Amino acid sequence: MDDKKRNEAYNKYVKAKLPKTRPWPSLFNSFLVGGIICCLGQGINDLILLWFPNMAEQTAWAYTLIVLIFIASFLTGIGVYDKIGKFAGGGSIVPITGFSNSITSPAIEFKHEGIIYGICVKMFTIAGPVIVVGIVSSILVGIVYLFI
Amino acid sequence: MGKSQTIVFKNKPVIIGSYSIVGPKEGKGNFGPYFDYVMKDDCFGEKSYEKAEKKMLESAIVGAIENAKIKPKDVQLILAGDLLNQIISSSYAARNFDVSFLGLFGACSTMAESLAVGSSFIDSKHFQKVVCATGSHFSSAERQFRFPLELGNQRPPTSQWTVTGAGATVLSSTGKGPKISMATIGKVVDYGISDVNDMGAAMAPSAMDTMLAHFRDTGTVPDDYDLIVTGDLGKLGSEILIDLMEHNGIKLGLNYNDCGQMYFTRNQNTLSGGSGCGCSATVLNSFIIEKLRRGELKKVLFMPTGALMSTTAAQQGETIPGVCHAIVIESDVGKENKKYFKSTGINGEKLNFENESKDKENIENDILNIDKNNNSENNKNDKKGQTKIKSQENKSILKNKNINKNKSVKNGLDQDSDEDIEKENKYKKSKLSSKKEG
Amino acid sequence: MYYLWVFLIGGFICMLGQVLIIYTNITSARILVTFVLIGVLLEAFGIFDPISSFARAGINVPIIGFGASLAKGAIGAVRAKGLLGAFTGGLEATAGGIAAAVIFAFIFALIFKSKTKN
Repeated sequence: MDDKKRNEAYNKYVKAKLPKTRPWPSLFNSFLVGGIICCLGQGINDLILLWFPNMAEQTAWAYTLIVLIFIASFLTGIGVYDKIGKFAGGGSIVPITGFSNSITSPAIEFKHEGIIYGICVKMFTIAGPVIVVGIVSSILVGIVYLFI
Repeated sequence: MGKSQTIVFKNKPVIIGSYSIVGPKEGKGNFGPYFDYVMKDDCFGEKSYEKAEKKMLESAIVGAIENAKIKPKDVQLILAGDLLNQIISSSYAARNFDVSFLGLFGACSTMAESLAVGSSFIDSKHFQKVVCATGSHFSSAERQFRFPLELGNQRPPTSQWTVTGAGATVLSSTGKGPKISMATIGKVVDYGISDVNDMGAAMAPSAMDTMLAHFRDTGTVPDDYDLIVTGDLGKLGSEILIDLMEHNGIKLGLNYNDCGQMYFTRNQNTLSGGSGCGCSATVLNSFIIEKLRRGELKKVLFMPTGALMSTTAAQQGETIPGVCHAIVIESDVGKENKKYFKSTGINGEKLNFENESKDKENIENDILNIDKNNNSENNKNDKKGQTKIKSQENKSILKNKNINKNKSVKNGLDQDSDEDIEKENKYKKSKLSSKKEG
Repeated sequence: MYYLWVFLIGGFICMLGQVLIIYTNITSARILVTFVLIGVLLEAFGIFDPISSFARAGINVPIIGFGASLAKGAIGAVRAKGLLGAFTGGLEATAGGIAAAVIFAFIFALIFKSKTKN
């Protein structure tokens, strides 16, 4: 119990000692980059609709996301995306490109462990929870709507 | 109170050889000119970072044996450890040597742990020549403990940069060189920090505990040492340690510093500083031993700290325990070769090297240059530009000097390239195996 | 002119992610999970479509859009197929994105190698 008190005091002390960083620059960066990525998505969407005027809106969005995922995956491969991430923080994690990055980066990282145990197994180490939570919650929502 | 944690060696083991090898980023850091070998590419010609780490460790051991001017077959024991699961780098490196091997794990404190164990073996006269080595690699540590390299995330300001590097020390019962006089074996201390990005705060209490035990057991005070150096507490951790020690009534002065904090220059973007086994190991085997050999440092308290955690434990909500071992290394130059120096003093020291009279001025500049550099950083003086220019000058000069110094060691190898090391290694191995057969 | 809305709303959502990073030290996996959940909930309560009609890519590109289409797929399929729809709908709607992420990750993993950062 004496230890507990000591630990609490120490944690409190460390918290006070932590370097204070101003949040505004990083918030601005994330705003800027996030906004740009969304505009890029909008631009791709508009181009697709320009070329294929008969396409349904939903389909056009699906293609847009695929293009964005491709770009992010490629930038991850050539080692640029993590530099963007260092600058933008949330700005490059929250868009769908961040999802793509979180699948590609472990796949590349663990390629030395082989295709099956490296690339395939590790691919979802970070993005796995996203898919799991997304599916579980969507099923729950679907079941709820069944009774409405 | 309490039992003694300190061993005082009667037959003081001598450090007869040392070698450090680091990655390209570390080579550009503050200790750059002191390292024996700076890799051009941190893959070191290998396919994976784990293999590169193994090869680094191997090269460090070979280099240290060469530096000690002994033959590989003279070595009786290798003590090594690293950060990877099941300490694979160390054991895989040791598989290429025809020498007994003990693998150690003390996380980032492994260098001190291996020196303490090795010194005890030598003190008790069971072995005469022991090699102590550790190493770490940024990329292999990152993938084991944190995230894939290409993941676009930000590092929190308290996080540290695992040093890519390996260091090896050859201890001997006889010979000339700095001597290890004492070792304090630390306890595992946990003050309930659970933030894996704040290792400094997690390890600082263990450093305090060991430091207090050391001063209590030996009756020494901080001023008895020319340099007290912790391993990888980083900027935040070393500030915490200073506070903690002050809380216990011991004031750490300008002779205290932290390897991790000193390691990188400010614009290298390493946030809180360096960490990892390689951090303390490479600083010890380059800068500190060099200074001890020249007699510019007389008595050093070397105390790397280790955070004994794993990702599994951290995910299960465990806090991070730390451990710290202290080693006292004394220079042999002061007593025996006094005529070598005209006058000595801790600060503003004037040295006169007989055979290097040309470099006299530069050596004066260079003395404890890094410490100064760092202190100025501490005091937030904005003399950054000045010190930078100075250190750059010194770097170039030191490089020349190092080449001179190493000529005999490197057998006239002029070019420092990875292939050369490889060749050297192969040559060593062939020598080794032929010895085995012969 | 709607690009301004896209920029402002997209930027704002990403900034919320950064706020989470700064004040809770949350990892990127948790951020993604949080925003997917937000998307599912927005769709479930029928708020997503009104926002989407003027924010367009501003809300569809952030992973909120991914969550919303999961929920939208599930809801639509439930109405068409009954209970089975709850299981098939979500993945069906997002299959394109997931499959794209997997195939590109696989290809680029075969081609590229991770590099140490400076």
